[in-house]
Amino acid sequence: MLRFDDIKEGDALPELRKTPTLQTLIKYSAGGGDFNPLHHDYNFPQAKQIGSIIVHGRFKYASLGELVSNWVGHAGRIRKISCQYKGMDLPNNEFVCRGVVKKKSTDGGEKVVEVDVWTENAEGKKTTPGSAVIVFP
Amino acid sequence: MAEQFELTADMKAQIGKQSPPWDYEVTTTSVRMFARGVGYTDPVYFDVEAAKKAGYRSLPAPPTYLGTAVFLPGRCSDTFSGPSEGLPSVDHGLKGILDGGTETEVFETICAGDNLVAVQQLIDMKVGASASIGKMLIMTADTTYTNKSTGKLVAKQRAQVIYY
Repeated sequence: MLRFDDIKEGDALPELRKTPTLQTLIKYSAGGGDFNPLHHDYNFPQAKQIGSIIVHGRFKYASLGELVSNWVGHAGRIRKISCQYKGMDLPNNEFVCRGVVKKKSTDGGEKVVEVDVWTENAEGKKTTPGSAVIVFP
Repeated sequence: MAEQFELTADMKAQIGKQSPPWDYEVTTTSVRMFARGVGYTDPVYFDVEAAKKAGYRSLPAPPTYLGTAVFLPGRCSDTFSGPSEGLPSVDHGLKGILDGGTETEVFETICAGDNLVAVQQLIDMKVGASASIGKMLIMTADTTYTNKSTGKLVAKQRAQVIYY
C-alpha cells in the first residue's frame, strides 16, 4: 500500500497505457452519457472534417483519474483533478497516461501530495496535461 | 470555421445565469457503467463487498465521475444526456463542439446511494482562435453538487466547452 511517508517529489507514477478502440469509445459513451457522434460515427460531418472520429476528452480525463486512483489505491483521497484538452487522440492509437509528484506538504497538519499528470501520444506530445491533489489521512 | 463570429450583448447577458437545481442520483449501476467505460479493473468500483472492505459506504464514484448524466426523456439532451431545461443557453449558431478542459474538486467521497442536487452556472465566455479550428467561442460553466440529505457541498466541477 502507498504510504505518504514513502512518497518523494519527482517520483513517477506507474504509467497506464491505453489503445481505445471504437468499442472502448462506445462503452465510455454508455458509461458517461456522451453520445456525440464525433466519437462513434465516421460519417458525422465534424468527424469527416477532422478525418476521423476522436477519443472523448473526458475519456482521457477519466484515464488520468484511473492513473492516479491506481497509484493511490485507497490510501488517500483524490481531492482535485483537472486537465486541458490540447490535442486530439484517435482510436486505435496508443496513448500513455503519466504522472510525476510535484509537491509534498504537511502545511496546516494536512498531508497533501500534488502531482502533474498528462496523456502522451506516439509522437511524445502531451495532448491532455493536467494535475491532481491527493490528501492522506 | 467561424471567421465572422463575435460575442453580442445578448450572449454576454447570459454570464452569471444559473440553472434550476436538478436531482443527481448516484447508483451502483451508474458507477459500474462509468468504471467499465473508463477501463477500471479495481473491484471496489464493481463489488459492494470489496468497496466496504476498502472502507467505503458503497461503490465509490471515481474522481472524474461527475458529469455522468441522469437521463430523463424529453427533459434531457438526446446526445449529451444532461438536462436541457433551464440551463443558461447562448444562441451562437456554431456547429462544432469540443471539450476544452475539466476541473473537479471533491470535498467528500461520493458513493452509490448518494442523492445529490446539481446547479450549473455560466461563468465566462470568450472568443479565442487556434491554427487548426480558427475562431472559437470558449464557454466556462461551474456545476455544484450538494448532498440532499446532509445539505453539504460535496463537489464542484468547472468545464470549458469550445464551439467553432
